[in-house]
Amino acid sequence: MKEKELILKSKLNLDFHLVEKARELAKKIALQTQEFINKHTTSSIERTVCRLLGIDGVDEFDVPLPNIIVSNLLEGNNLGLGAAIFIGNAIIHTNLSTQEIAEKVAHEELDLNILPLKDFTEIKSTIEPIVKKTLVQIRSNKKKREKLIKKYGDKEGPLIYVIVATGNIYEDIIQAKAAASQGADIIAVIRSTVQSLLDYVPFGPTIEGYGGTYATQENFKLMREALDEIGEELGRYIRLTNYCSGLCMPEIAAMGAFERLDVMLNDALYGILFRDINMKRTIIDQYFSRMINAYAGVIINTGEDNYLTTADAYEEAYTVLASQFMNEQFALLAGLKEEQMGLGHAFEMSPDLENGFLYELAQAQMTREIFPNAPLKYMPPTKYMTGNIFKGHVQDALFNIITIMTNQRIHLLGMLTEAIHTPFMSDRALSIENARYIFNNMHSISDEIMFKKGGIMEKRVNEVLNKAYNLLQDIEKQGLFKTIEKGIFANIERPINGGKGLEGVIKKQKEYYNPFIDLMLKELKGGDL
Amino acid sequence: MGGGLYSPEKKDYNKTLDLKKIKPYGDTMNDGKVQLSFTLPIEDDEKAIEAVKQLAEKMGLEDPDVVYHSKLDKGFTFFILYGNLKYSIDFTQIKVESIEIEVMSMEEINNFINENIKRKVIVIGATTGTDAHTVGIDAIMNMKGFAGHYGLERYEMIKAYNLGSQVSNEEFVKSAIELKADVLLVSQTVTQRNAHTKNLTNLVDLLEAEGIRDKVILICGGPRISNELAKELGYDAGFGPGTYANIVATYFIKEMVRRKEV
Repeated sequence: MKEKELILKSKLNLDFHLVEKARELAKKIALQTQEFINKHTTSSIERTVCRLLGIDGVDEFDVPLPNIIVSNLLEGNNLGLGAAIFIGNAIIHTNLSTQEIAEKVAHEELDLNILPLKDFTEIKSTIEPIVKKTLVQIRSNKKKREKLIKKYGDKEGPLIYVIVATGNIYEDIIQAKAAASQGADIIAVIRSTVQSLLDYVPFGPTIEGYGGTYATQENFKLMREALDEIGEELGRYIRLTNYCSGLCMPEIAAMGAFERLDVMLNDALYGILFRDINMKRTIIDQYFSRMINAYAGVIINTGEDNYLTTADAYEEAYTVLASQFMNEQFALLAGLKEEQMGLGHAFEMSPDLENGFLYELAQAQMTREIFPNAPLKYMPPTKYMTGNIFKGHVQDALFNIITIMTNQRIHLLGMLTEAIHTPFMSDRALSIENARYIFNNMHSISDEIMFKKGGIMEKRVNEVLNKAYNLLQDIEKQGLFKTIEKGIFANIERPINGGKGLEGVIKKQKEYYNPFIDLMLKELKGGDL
Repeated sequence: MGGGLYSPEKKDYNKTLDLKKIKPYGDTMNDGKVQLSFTLPIEDDEKAIEAVKQLAEKMGLEDPDVVYHSKLDKGFTFFILYGNLKYSIDFTQIKVESIEIEVMSMEEINNFINENIKRKVIVIGATTGTDAHTVGIDAIMNMKGFAGHYGLERYEMIKAYNLGSQVSNEEFVKSAIELKADVLLVSQTVTQRNAHTKNLTNLVDLLEAEGIRDKVILICGGPRISNELAKELGYDAGFGPGTYANIVATYFIKEMVRRKEV
């Protein structure tokens, strides 16, 4: 029945029976992978537990205290039990706060490995009040966001998403406020290029970075305050985005939950393919980070759009769809709702392709229909931006038109100066003007148009869907890891034990304890927060 | 604002092309027309427009015409203007070292290697330093290539290794030695604060320290790279935007043969 309704509503005469079969396959793949995930923890997950238990700050060499705790436990070969056990144990022994315990470990006045382990029931009842306090704090941030959005009223139609990337958080704030007053709805602070490969999160406000600004909790706080301030002035809620990917995926999710970030890039496949992060490490990390994002009411953005920057956007469009199906299932397993799934795709076909616009339109409409409740993230042309800013502005206009014709939600603005420099204030203003002009001028177009029955677009999506289904069948047979090894996605091959961060993958012991996973998942699956 | 459709200004300058005095061209030879846009950190008012005109005159623009101005934010204004550049340059005196070679196709390149080098040419490529952008190196190296030009991986007579992004110079040199590379390709996309030039010279230093600088053909590429800059930094050649794999390959196979003959 549901399928029939969808088919009737479809502008592309999509085969929703096949869509459901593809979903089933993706679910099987996600469950297979989840079995592996459930058996492991990572150094970054345990550092996240430390952060969520209230441990923050750095020692005199700028090493974050969560890293110090985890190193200490790794030395004792104890991480497989989970950091929470040893912190709880230390509280019983010392009667100190978690932060004080971390400081003592940093000063080598305390070794968590040698304190005799108390009864686990006692340890857990010691830790739980701290866990609950943290969860209350995260929930209150979520409520505050909901309250502000209700107060101003949420924007209908596409959210205009722009980036700031000066390297200096204070300069970023100036740029972000200007962009918000020009009409931007989402501000993303691009991270410094090297950060995804750091196995720690830098601390404090930062004013130096390459190609972006370090994600630190203090920087999150400063930008959040600035956007709340300008939002109050403008009577709009301005959403803040950062990057929950790389070697510190779950830690950044935790920092974002503390500082009320609204959107997080969050995709293990992206890290594997484009940052050469070890696949086991990041897929385990992704699970916990998505769960934190789910709990904090954060919208995640997935990185499928990036495949098309290396692979051909026309030929490989089906890999994007296949990946979206899988990302949806991984997200559901971590407790994310459909409304929090900013699945990614992009406008990256060659401008020389005859009817390229129709293929882009078909892909965007198909994605919209297959994931009707997801706030899809649509990315602008980058690969074929040339330095001819005048043509670039037209390419961006075509991209804007597709967004309004197919109701995309998170619309990452293209910049006419893409491929030249990080955006000037004026580049951003011109791009926002371009998008607002088109969104207003073509406001209701999606209600007014149908596509030709049996036409180019219908044929195209049918082909893409079928290929995606076949690929999912292959992946289901071989497993996700094998598929990545073979270079199916983005034409990039990654060996299962290659890449960065493998040493941080730890097998869980039988008694492993992560109070946050248990409590958050219970609430998330219960559905009521 | 602009003066309507027809420009009333008299055009009483010499309208013949003189390569010794080259100027920008709008619609009449030697009119010197230039278009420009920028932001000033001031409020959008009459005084701001006057400031723009004075700045334009200092840049050598006569009759500056501010055709558009608009507030970007409190204390920031965007301007679009036109003007006539009073300066000219002597084009006949300009000497640029560009790589002028007849570009061969993939097939021609394979044949050329077969006949003249008689073994596979080993090429390694990477985006080095903290730069994570692989677009450039992928376009040259990957099987798929870019805009219909296959990458080096597809060349029968070339063994291509793409080491990816964020490769440290040390790792890169190590791989060059291990793989016995003939040609080293370095891509640099992020170019803020000239980080790329520091990183590029550092690689040259390392190769010299290892004593292999003369044994390899060292090439860099990226949106802000020119052949001139590359040579200045100690590279054999540099390629800017719009370069395809066969252009680079034509250069390095001819250079390999030239070196053999010397």
